[in-house]
Amino acid sequence: MILLWLIVIPIAAGAVAGLAGRWSKPAARWVSLAAVSADFAIAVALWVRHAGTLSLAGRPVWIVEWRREWIPEFGISFHLGMDGLSLLLVTLTFFLGIVSVLVSWTEIREGVGFFHLNLMWILAGIAGVFLALDLFLFYFAWELMLVPMYFLIAIWGHGRRVYAAVKFFIFTQLSGLLMLIAILALFFLHHSATGVYTFDYLALLNTPIPPGTATWVMLGFFIAFAVKLPMVPLHSWLPDAHTEAPTAGSVILAGLLLKTGGYGLIRFILPLFPDAARAFAPAAMVLGVVGILYGAIAAFGQTDFKRLVAYTSISHLGFVLLGVFAFTPLALTGAVVTMLAHGISTGALFVIAGAVQHRIHTREMGRMGGLWDTMPKMGGAALFFALGSLGLPGLGDFVGEFLVLLGTWPVSRVLAVLAAAGVLGATLYALRLVQRVFQGPNVHQWRLPDLNAREALVIGAMSVVLLWLGLYPQPVLDAFSPSPAVAQQEARR
Amino acid sequence: MLELLWLVPALPLASFAVLALFGRRMPDRAVAALGAGSIGASAAVSMLVAAAFLSNPPGGNAYTQVLWTWMSASGFEPQIVLRLDPLSLVMMLVVTFVSFLIHVYSTEFMAGDDGYSRFFAYMNLFVASMVTLVLAGDLLLLLLGWEGVGLCSYLLIGFWYRDPANGAAGQKAFIVTRVGDTAFLVALFILFTNLRTLDIQEVMRRALAEWPVGSGLAVASAALLLGGAVGKSAQLPLQTWLPDAMAGPTPTSALIHAATMVAAGVYLIARTHRLFILAPPVMTAVAVIGAATLLLAGFSALTQHDIKRVLAYSTISQIGYMFLALGVGAWASAIFHFMTHAFFKALLFMAAGVVINALHHEHNMFRMGGLRRRLPIAFWTFTIGGASLAGLPLITAGFYSKDRIIWDAWVSEGGGAGLWLAAILGVFLTSLYIFRAVFLVFFGEARTEIEKRPGAAIIVPLAVLSVLSIAGAWVPGFFSFLTPALPPFIEYHTGALTETISAVTAAGAFLFGLYLAYFFFHRRRDYAAAIAAAPLGRALHNWWFAGWGFDWLYGRVFVRPVEGMARVNRKDVFDPIYNGMAALAALCWKLLSGTQTGLLRRYAAGIAAGVIVLVAIALFL
Repeated sequence: MILLWLIVIPIAAGAVAGLAGRWSKPAARWVSLAAVSADFAIAVALWVRHAGTLSLAGRPVWIVEWRREWIPEFGISFHLGMDGLSLLLVTLTFFLGIVSVLVSWTEIREGVGFFHLNLMWILAGIAGVFLALDLFLFYFAWELMLVPMYFLIAIWGHGRRVYAAVKFFIFTQLSGLLMLIAILALFFLHHSATGVYTFDYLALLNTPIPPGTATWVMLGFFIAFAVKLPMVPLHSWLPDAHTEAPTAGSVILAGLLLKTGGYGLIRFILPLFPDAARAFAPAAMVLGVVGILYGAIAAFGQTDFKRLVAYTSISHLGFVLLGVFAFTPLALTGAVVTMLAHGISTGALFVIAGAVQHRIHTREMGRMGGLWDTMPKMGGAALFFALGSLGLPGLGDFVGEFLVLLGTWPVSRVLAVLAAAGVLGATLYALRLVQRVFQGPNVHQWRLPDLNAREALVIGAMSVVLLWLGLYPQPVLDAFSPSPAVAQQEARR
Repeated sequence: MLELLWLVPALPLASFAVLALFGRRMPDRAVAALGAGSIGASAAVSMLVAAAFLSNPPGGNAYTQVLWTWMSASGFEPQIVLRLDPLSLVMMLVVTFVSFLIHVYSTEFMAGDDGYSRFFAYMNLFVASMVTLVLAGDLLLLLLGWEGVGLCSYLLIGFWYRDPANGAAGQKAFIVTRVGDTAFLVALFILFTNLRTLDIQEVMRRALAEWPVGSGLAVASAALLLGGAVGKSAQLPLQTWLPDAMAGPTPTSALIHAATMVAAGVYLIARTHRLFILAPPVMTAVAVIGAATLLLAGFSALTQHDIKRVLAYSTISQIGYMFLALGVGAWASAIFHFMTHAFFKALLFMAAGVVINALHHEHNMFRMGGLRRRLPIAFWTFTIGGASLAGLPLITAGFYSKDRIIWDAWVSEGGGAGLWLAAILGVFLTSLYIFRAVFLVFFGEARTEIEKRPGAAIIVPLAVLSVLSIAGAWVPGFFSFLTPALPPFIEYHTGALTETISAVTAAGAFLFGLYLAYFFFHRRRDYAAAIAAAPLGRALHNWWFAGWGFDWLYGRVFVRPVEGMARVNRKDVFDPIYNGMAALAALCWKLLSGTQTGLLRRYAAGIAAGVIVLVAIALFL
């Protein structure tokens, strides 16, 4: 039941905020903040309560499960379940949810009610994706994320927002349709093998699939997840969407939406199609490394603050793809840590990008420079998260990327070395970002207010989490170690 | 007392955190007290710990302090663990003590700078990182300190961030050293994959047990560690960042060159020496890199105008000596030279800082002159440092430490005439370039007015380091103390030389260099100018001045292609593909919507044509 609350609270709060926004803008904000805070508290409470039992290796440990029949004729049920992996990602979801509400506090002035309606429903959709154990429900949640995000970009975005929103919509919608076909194929394959119609994840896990068919069905899922991740060359929607979205949208896109792709790879591709995934692994790993290097080079060339950060996501998520398909426990562990750490460090860079844009009304780095003079706190914060992004030991990204590389080395030395070169690429773009925005002469004579209390709170909290992930990631490693172990076992079967 | 060890890195780190978060609101006096005081406290704790270690050596001659397990996943369990043994103890003492003197000096040197607290925050973090690196008992923790010093060098070189040139120099330092770090990373992958641990002692033990001498894995991992070391220690081919690092404030240069950063590579090789012993080809490479670097940098130092660049090249050259020692298996000699180098190089930079500050931030030696009487403190301290650097026979610390390396280069198993000659030639070059600086700066006629004279916070550290530059080699039992951590040096063959002849030759090279410097840069400067103006002289001068053209080469081979690629791809080559698909769809829409005319007869004609086509298909297929 508690899992249902995680989804229902934001949906209800979104509806309330949407209505309340007509009369009072602060009311919409406070309702949303209360809802995401409540959900975050629930997630943390679940973590604390189950901390001991999460690390039971071996079988999947669904620490909480909730199931009701929905459309029994088609074997559709409302089945939610939480293991360590979903726990971590749900916690991240509502942490960044709080961040998103806070960064929109003064940025969003028009249509405040409808904005928060969309924001809350996106978060509900993301939580649903991370919790659904029924593939029909999963697809439903997958689509639920999409539509409000489209509105978020198209209504509250900047510049070419409609272009960006439509591009985002078409990419994710088309790839989502492929996944729908794959789900239906799985559904009928299961029926022909067992005579039972069901969308239940746990039942479908043991579906015998002919190898040739398995590859095609897997690719249906894979493309949907690869677009979300995003994998080069399916990444084209990302720079536009991230750049034009309002700050909260960018934070959610980078911090959470991309993670649904990584989550899908781990939750569905590896266990459902172990053999096909293994056969496909070399190609996927190469694509991961291509993404790492391509993203880094592309980021290095950008002149738009947010666009630069957007391309860094492509590079970091390449590590996730590489780690998942390296098929070693270390690499898979690293992929999950990378997802979390990237959510924090890149999310924070988008918060800073938004704060700068809010003050000077441009994202063009040529119009910036020397901002340290006038905003030293923000400069320090940007430096801190840029260092996270370039993989400085002691911060979260390093742990994830190092584990991915360490786990990849025995599988492919060439790819491990190339990916390590990607870390070098990260140094190039991260230092360039800091240099062009905050250092050099303040040629445009900006006199700007530094971080205010609300921004400092957000940035401070994110800094603490990134340091914690970097210096003592053990609680996180304990939380999800069973899930990768399961995926491994399933894959090795 | 030993359990206080964790305070040595923790005190500077805590002070960094306080200064970074609240420094801007603190008065300068408080910043100085905290910034320098924390390093002083750290040095004091180091001495307490060292005293406890010496008076009552722990079992196995090493004390290990596990703070916590960094992470634990699938058999990978790196720990946050400090390990004190004779090697790390010597390093820790030198690093904290010299850093403390540099911090005291900085309190006055940086006074009035609007980034005063930021400066001390970065400097504190630098020391904390370096101490972490030195005390780390696990290679991953060592990497944390390793990257930390790289970061701090970037921050401090680009400290005066308003000038983009400083930012560029800082970025260059970070990026070039990170090239080496990538090699280091790959070495860690090899070590962990094959030995299942990254604990330094355990790695060494297992490597010794499992890998035969010259095995591929040993050679590969040692070579990759060497790659990391040449980056941090500014050796060939990654030495290019160090001369540009002069963009930072002078105390930063002193810290980078004397106590932290460049020593890291030397320490890494000494720390993992057993791995290098297993890889003889890599040992040879270390020695050859050292010898080549010490010569190339020596020639470049001869031609510089900027007093700090002379010192920068001299550091590259002296670290070359340390690499030479490491490469011939004279581990303790390398550490010995590191120690004396820390004293005299810090002294040289800080004395140069006094000169630069006195002359309105003038760096060009050709616009200085005659400062001997007007800045006697700078003159005497710089000359003492220079004499120690060049190895003034018998009375300076630098002579003893360098002389050992020269002798080791001859008698070791891997040594011989070539390495020995390079080392002797290096002595001559060192003497020539450093006394060239002395004569140019302190003799001749005055060219610039004195602006500032040093106060107590500057004079006292200079005095202490002057004493150490002379007497610092007098450490009884230094080599036997290090024996448990570093294997003793074995004299393999002596051949035609004896130790005395070698030392006398070195002394001769020193005197010859000193005489030439006196002749060309004091008595007959016109000769020096004439040589530099001759065609061959000018070509060589320009080549050496530009650091043998490495920057030019790397610029063309690496920097420009990467920047070009990024520029070409700014708009993302994949985007047009998708936009093309969208345009195609729009085109189809346009064509088809053109048929929707609303004219009934066209529709009728269309239907009729369709029917005919369908009938035709049905009939003929």
